[in-house]
Amino acid sequence: MSAALNVYEPRGIGRALETASAWLLGALWVLPLLYAFWTAFHAPEFSTRLSLTAPLTLANFVTAWQAAPFARYFLNTVLLVSMVLAAQLVLTTLAAYALARFEFPGRNMLFALVLVQLMVMPDVLIVENYRTMSVLGLKDTIAGIGLPYMASAFGIFLLRQTFKGVPRELDEAARVEGCTPLQVLWKVYVPLARPTYLAYALVSVSYHWNNFLWPLIITNSVEARPVTVGLQVFSSTDQGIDWSIITAATLLTTAPLLVAFLLFQRQFVQSFMRAGIR
Amino acid sequence: MNRTTQWVYGWLLLLPAMALLALFTHYPALANLWHSFQSTPKGGQPATFVGIDNYQQLVGDPIFWQALSNNLWYAVGTIPVSMALALLMAVWVNDRIPGRGILRLAFFTPTILPMIAVANIWLFFYTPEYGLLEQFTGAFGLPSHNWLGSKSTALGALMVVTVWKEAGFFMIFYLAALQSMSPHLGDAAAIEGASRWYFFRRVTWPLLMPTTLFVLVNAVINAFRLVDHIVVMTRGGPDNATELLLFYIYEIGFRFWDSAYAAALTMVLLGILGIVALAQFFFLERKVHYQ
Repeated sequence: MSAALNVYEPRGIGRALETASAWLLGALWVLPLLYAFWTAFHAPEFSTRLSLTAPLTLANFVTAWQAAPFARYFLNTVLLVSMVLAAQLVLTTLAAYALARFEFPGRNMLFALVLVQLMVMPDVLIVENYRTMSVLGLKDTIAGIGLPYMASAFGIFLLRQTFKGVPRELDEAARVEGCTPLQVLWKVYVPLARPTYLAYALVSVSYHWNNFLWPLIITNSVEARPVTVGLQVFSSTDQGIDWSIITAATLLTTAPLLVAFLLFQRQFVQSFMRAGIR
Repeated sequence: MNRTTQWVYGWLLLLPAMALLALFTHYPALANLWHSFQSTPKGGQPATFVGIDNYQQLVGDPIFWQALSNNLWYAVGTIPVSMALALLMAVWVNDRIPGRGILRLAFFTPTILPMIAVANIWLFFYTPEYGLLEQFTGAFGLPSHNWLGSKSTALGALMVVTVWKEAGFFMIFYLAALQSMSPHLGDAAAIEGASRWYFFRRVTWPLLMPTTLFVLVNAVINAFRLVDHIVVMTRGGPDNATELLLFYIYEIGFRFWDSAYAAALTMVLLGILGIVALAQFFFLERKVHYQ
């Protein structure tokens, strides 16, 4: 980035003022999080007494881990997230390919029907989807949590845009070589869309790792609950108000995503950008 | 490839996704409409057609009206603030101020946390007498206040949480838009002698319009879609002060098991989302210049 990048960047006092305000807001933004870390890593008597000499401890994490089946909850979440993602990748790829590169009657209407889901998300259709899951016998199963999300309008939209940007010549060249349409998809389109896939995967994983209301409704046993619901059950019933332990459990359930985010910060941010710009 | 093959391929490729969409989006939306004209099956009694009874109940239900008005206030209170903060954050971390990498991280981190974890963290933050907020106000000699437990501040306290969670998410989109802007625009304006504010108002802001629209639509949807924090922090209380529409649907449908009335309430929510979609399509898209 050259020095002349932005002539309107403030200088002198203006710049100092801007830096100070930005840092103030930044400090304000991390404060609740830092407080949570403080509470989780200290004995309960220090959770309201901020003292530099307070000894650090992992006891809260150990207590939380032993007090509820978090290992099982994690397993459920990992199963859920990977199942949803795998299904989404396959279904959205096929649908996006059809919408981007095939001429067939009803294409525009079907695309419009796909886009309906951008507004009418499974998140708000909880009453009817619960009914459907009862009929299908999928209540209180991981498949029941994931199924309504597997055909994703957002993913289809994103991939359709990407596929449309692939030069026709590559497609035709592959056909001349004797590839079937599915081979063309696999050998030409999918490799070229890798950044989109990465972006979509990160957005999807963090969405489903964090999803709460629908899993809360559709599950009622340890065998199916994801961590978000497990955390809620744990902190509302088992613990009374031992904040150190609840906060430790909260950080525990968030840790994998948080660590992944800190490690792959750039990819995360770029993925969210890419997913947004369409 | 001949035409028929094209058709068959197109339909077959689309079929699996379309079937799932039909089952979990289109069918439930229509079934929901149908069930909103029926009674809730109770005991051995099957559902019967009751016409607009559920909607009459809805019109006469003060909690519904409170949930609707709370939700509108919640939207009005969170969306402009989080968007303005998002823009400010984006402008700041776009400039080369010291430590902007860390700042970007600080602003964005709340976004990737589950709302449920965020709610737990803030619940403690707000706790009367123990929470950090109380310790802070106490240090200034202010009287103790139950932020989530009193009718006048509970919704506001939740709004703060939402702004905290969402501003960093919206910042990303503004940042992306700012970074894609040509630096020559600034050079040209500077030669003409435009002030920084003038340049922002007449050049940057209009160019950010598509981003603003995108963020706005997302923010409105989120204001009606995300109620995880209500479940953890207030359960709609005190005295329905934080009752939001989707949370009310959840309570009616899954705590009182009145699925017919919940269906009627869901129709209202779908209506609101429909209005957002139409507004986006007819009104806003035309006013925004896309490249």
